[in-house]
Amino acid sequence: MAQIFHRSANTLARASILGVVLLLSAVGAALMEFQRSPYVTTQHIAPEQPIPFSHQHHAGGLGLDCRYCHTSVEDSSFAGIPPTKTCMNCHAQIWTSAAMLEPIRYSFSSGESLKWVRVHDLPDFVYFNHSIHIAKGVGCYSCHGQVDEMPLMYAENTLQMEWCLNCHRQPEKFLRPKQEVFNMKYQQPSPESPVDVMIGGEKKTFTSQLMLGTALRNEYHLRTSQDITSCSTCHR
Amino acid sequence: MSNNSDSNPNLISADQIKPASMELETVRKKLAEAKGPKYWRTLEELADQKAFGDLLEREFPRQASEWVDPVSRRGFLKLAGASMALAGLAGCTRQPLEQILPYVRQPEQLVPGKPIFYATAMPFHGHALPLLVETHEFRPTKIEGNPMHAASMGATDLFAQASILNLYDPDRSTTITYMGEGSNWGSFAIAFGAEIRARKALQGAGVRFLTGAVSSPTFGWQMKQVQQAFPQSKWHRWDPVNRDNMRAGSKLAFGGYYDPIYKFESAAIVVSLDADFLSGAWFPGFVRYARDFMNGRKLDKGDEMNRLYVAESVPSTTGAKADHRLPLRPSEVETIARALAAKVGVGGVTAGKLNEAQQAWVDAVAADLSAHKGKCLVVPGEFQSPAVYALAHAINGALGNVGQTVSYIDPVEVDPVEHGQSIRELIADMNAGKVETLIMIGGNPVFNAPVDLDFHGAMDKVKLRIQFSSYKNETTDHVHWHVPETHYLEAWSDGHAYDGTASVIQPMIAPLYDGKSAHEVLAAFTDQMGASSHDVVQTYWKSQHPNAADFETWWRTAVHDGFVAGSASVAKPLSAKVAGLPAQAAVSGSDTYEISFRPDPTIYDGTFINNAWLQETPKPLSRNTWDNVAMISPAMATAWKLNQLSDQNDHQSDNQRVLEIEIQGRKVEVPYWPQPGHPDGAITLFLGYGQTKAGRVGSGTGYDAYKVRPSANQYALAGASAKVLMDKGWDLAVTQGHFTMEDREPVKVATLEEFLKNKNFAHENKDEEPQDDGDKQESLYPNFKTKENFYQKYAWGMSIDLNSCVGCQACAVACQAENNISVVGKEQVQRGREMQWIRIDAYYEGDPANPSMYFQPVNCMQCEDAPCEPVCPVGATTHSTEGLNDMVYNRCVGTRYCSNNCPYKVRRFNFFLFNSMPGTDWDTPSLKLGRNPDVTIRSRGVMEKCTYCVQRITQARIASEKEDRDVRDGEIKTACEQVCPTGAITFGDINNKDSAVAKIKSGPRNYQLLAELNTRPRTTYVAAVRNPNPKLASGTEKA
Repeated sequence: MAQIFHRSANTLARASILGVVLLLSAVGAALMEFQRSPYVTTQHIAPEQPIPFSHQHHAGGLGLDCRYCHTSVEDSSFAGIPPTKTCMNCHAQIWTSAAMLEPIRYSFSSGESLKWVRVHDLPDFVYFNHSIHIAKGVGCYSCHGQVDEMPLMYAENTLQMEWCLNCHRQPEKFLRPKQEVFNMKYQQPSPESPVDVMIGGEKKTFTSQLMLGTALRNEYHLRTSQDITSCSTCHR
Repeated sequence: MSNNSDSNPNLISADQIKPASMELETVRKKLAEAKGPKYWRTLEELADQKAFGDLLEREFPRQASEWVDPVSRRGFLKLAGASMALAGLAGCTRQPLEQILPYVRQPEQLVPGKPIFYATAMPFHGHALPLLVETHEFRPTKIEGNPMHAASMGATDLFAQASILNLYDPDRSTTITYMGEGSNWGSFAIAFGAEIRARKALQGAGVRFLTGAVSSPTFGWQMKQVQQAFPQSKWHRWDPVNRDNMRAGSKLAFGGYYDPIYKFESAAIVVSLDADFLSGAWFPGFVRYARDFMNGRKLDKGDEMNRLYVAESVPSTTGAKADHRLPLRPSEVETIARALAAKVGVGGVTAGKLNEAQQAWVDAVAADLSAHKGKCLVVPGEFQSPAVYALAHAINGALGNVGQTVSYIDPVEVDPVEHGQSIRELIADMNAGKVETLIMIGGNPVFNAPVDLDFHGAMDKVKLRIQFSSYKNETTDHVHWHVPETHYLEAWSDGHAYDGTASVIQPMIAPLYDGKSAHEVLAAFTDQMGASSHDVVQTYWKSQHPNAADFETWWRTAVHDGFVAGSASVAKPLSAKVAGLPAQAAVSGSDTYEISFRPDPTIYDGTFINNAWLQETPKPLSRNTWDNVAMISPAMATAWKLNQLSDQNDHQSDNQRVLEIEIQGRKVEVPYWPQPGHPDGAITLFLGYGQTKAGRVGSGTGYDAYKVRPSANQYALAGASAKVLMDKGWDLAVTQGHFTMEDREPVKVATLEEFLKNKNFAHENKDEEPQDDGDKQESLYPNFKTKENFYQKYAWGMSIDLNSCVGCQACAVACQAENNISVVGKEQVQRGREMQWIRIDAYYEGDPANPSMYFQPVNCMQCEDAPCEPVCPVGATTHSTEGLNDMVYNRCVGTRYCSNNCPYKVRRFNFFLFNSMPGTDWDTPSLKLGRNPDVTIRSRGVMEKCTYCVQRITQARIASEKEDRDVRDGEIKTACEQVCPTGAITFGDINNKDSAVAKIKSGPRNYQLLAELNTRPRTTYVAAVRNPNPKLASGTEKA
């Protein structure tokens, strides 16, 4: 009986073993990439909102403080989404007939809430607390990016666990003086633009973030990195 | 009723029952041979049965770990294939978009994400328990005691804890019905208004109100107004668990109705005559009394300790804490009371005949009482005869205790009556055709009125029957109008605590189902149809407040604090007389049995039957769930040749034979339970179960004891007969044998005398305990002590005082509410899959006829060398720097290795997508409202366990860090610690040597559970000390 397979089938078989390994690794790598991709994390994607609210205009242009709307950011785990009343504080006076703001006026007159789409959405088993981050000198910018330059709100970061741990392992890379937490224009210290901070009652000048961060870690009594990477810090 | 028929799901056929032998004599022999104290949990364990050995060796008994659902091979392969294909992809799922709905106008005091606590009170059958309720965005989620209020001091009982589940119960009545058909408020208001106008013209003739006991002064004031406008109307009362005997006793002793107030803190000797003041809410003031009593047993300030004598007819947790317990048949309690009264010198009382043991008990107790005049206390039981009540207070008078350890106040119940008499009059009037309009507010009289009076038959003669009730129950089927009643967290009201302090009950949430409160119903009779309960309550208090100018301030203070300052009742100078004491009724016949009726320890009189948390909470002594049992003594079980709780070969169920009990010609079939310590010749039936309309949780559970409960002698009667039905069995779900820790001396006990001689008695086997060798620890486990940054700042620890624990189960329910713990249902409990994170083990010591009893709450020990941690393949349970064994639900893949390796058996596994109520799906909207948003809700395939309420630790730590300070001692209270009426649980930072927990742990009685395993648990126990009278030979007399 004639052979069914040609001799070259041997080579093909050997190659296919390697091929399967390569393919599986490729699929694995692709999945890893996929689950970090903006498609999954919604990073840099601005969802459609009932009103195309512009942080660029309100926070950047008009210079409203973050806390004018996000009132509970210093007190609570939740920063707070402003009630319709907050919008109407101004928009009862200006742009009172703008078509774009119709949903606000409708909400205010009907008592129905505006339905904003969550931009920064952590899984339900993660317990994040805004107030403690603010109290320890983590700037809004560190997580939310340059909000004052965002015409439409999007997530600057992935909000995945590896990203959180990035800072929890080395918070000194990101800490800033408490009074600069809400400052969107703040620059990390460098030899060109040094930062002055009161440390232990004395004014000190820093030219590198690592030195400033380490000093602030002590000044603000941050817990150790082992402490804040214990699972129950965020999961319960 | 379904219980009589073979269709009862609880009943099983005889051939399924395989008897297991347990002879009392063999057991006694074994006990006699044992050296040292021998603690046991079940009678099988005592008999050393093979089945019990099987239980021990398995992680979960009874096929808990096997897949037993009927899944076809094809179905299995389909699932297996699908899960293979999708494995690993689970982490890549894209989160669905979520919406945020902010307020339109945000309430001023609300900070989103932060809970707000409001003071209120829970009305409970004639008194009120002051509370603080935690609300998240105005949804009540957790109930705590009001720490500012003397009646609570921050603690509650299990009913208050569980009452929040009733609020969100999807089976609550949601609609108005007329003749069983759906209707609306408009139609009802027209019909009701017309009826009221018609009756008003007739001076209210034919109008009858039926409610339970009420402590609301506003309700009383409204009722007075109604009776002025409708002079011929009448207000009747019926609670199946009422205070009739105590009221009658009060009339006998004092010539009127008065409430006793006990001061346990000033009593060195306490004698309980069937008074169950350490069990629960049916003893008004329980929360405060338990605290005061246990404060006298903590041995934290000196070597003084109070002593408790209990003579009781039903084993209770009070009896379990007794230094000398005397089990008696119900009728014998009065004999003992008379003998005691005669002995301490109460005039006009002669002692009856006692047996030797009883005489010795009475002699010793009388001597002890006489030696402590003014510093002792005799407490009569709520369910004992009026004579016992009168005698007990006469004894208190003779010993000079009045004003010292007991005082008397005007009743806190509004217009108290004897309920048995009241319902008897109502039924007579209905039968005589005198009643034309019957308005029932709450209650379920068709189900629970005395069976011989035939409430149902009489009620059918009434022309118009209206029921206001939060559940559609047996009574609803026989009324014209049914209107949903509000839950106490939904409407304004008020009430009196046991000491008379008035509380305003403030609602937490608008009525979920458009219910009406009792105040709104009565307002309709005073031409105020539609008046809100807030206005009615406020109007009443305005009329009580002399100065209108500062009323607003006063009102706001009272509502904010949860009570009206200084409103506690003033003690009346009274002395008990026993001159008119009726002769003791003779109990005849040795072939008959005495029956005791008692409220069920977890569902009370049936009010809480549809509360899944309470259904699944084991009864403190019998440890069964989802059923009531008939308690008998082990000797009776042996005499009747009943098989003991036989664990079947298939490990599926705890089958019991069924007893048929006949009382005055009426029969009921009940599963028996041989309860160690139960008196011989008596049977205890528990009320409340056997309802058919309770809802998806309660229907079809247990037997109905009301159908044999007559109107005379509501709590104890003689002359019942019982026979064993050999062809029937009853499927019980008993947790007593679950999660056992082998034969390892879990409780340590000494008498006061032994303790004073050897303060170190809890450490006799010192070589078994790990030495505190710090860094040089010999162990295969990673030594966190030597690791940098571990245990540096805080080291959380807990101490549980075995002396103080009364086994009331409040902690288990509080934990369930705080941590969103699922309920699994009866069948799953039988498989050992119950989920409560803290279990209260009950241990017995000594002869089953009258053993000593100990309660031991066991939650996760947070071991420093935790056996669970190294075995987790995915790092889902890890060590935190503060010493907690963190449990990361989202990482858990459900291997259950951790649970297998846990020597304390405190881990719980979600075998299914359980929910907080069986029969509801995961998404039942009303149940979602009540969950704690600070704790992850676990789904199927996830291990869970106690984490010392890590959400509370985190909150307190964040609060302290924001203020740049350390967490204060006592700032963090775990849910179990907070609810505990006796302060048995203490939590805190053991690194802080001044903390309460560190101080307790440094005491000599502090010991580790299973210390020889070298797990270094953070939870430790304080060994129990008993204070028996040296003149009485042993702590456990034989009756």
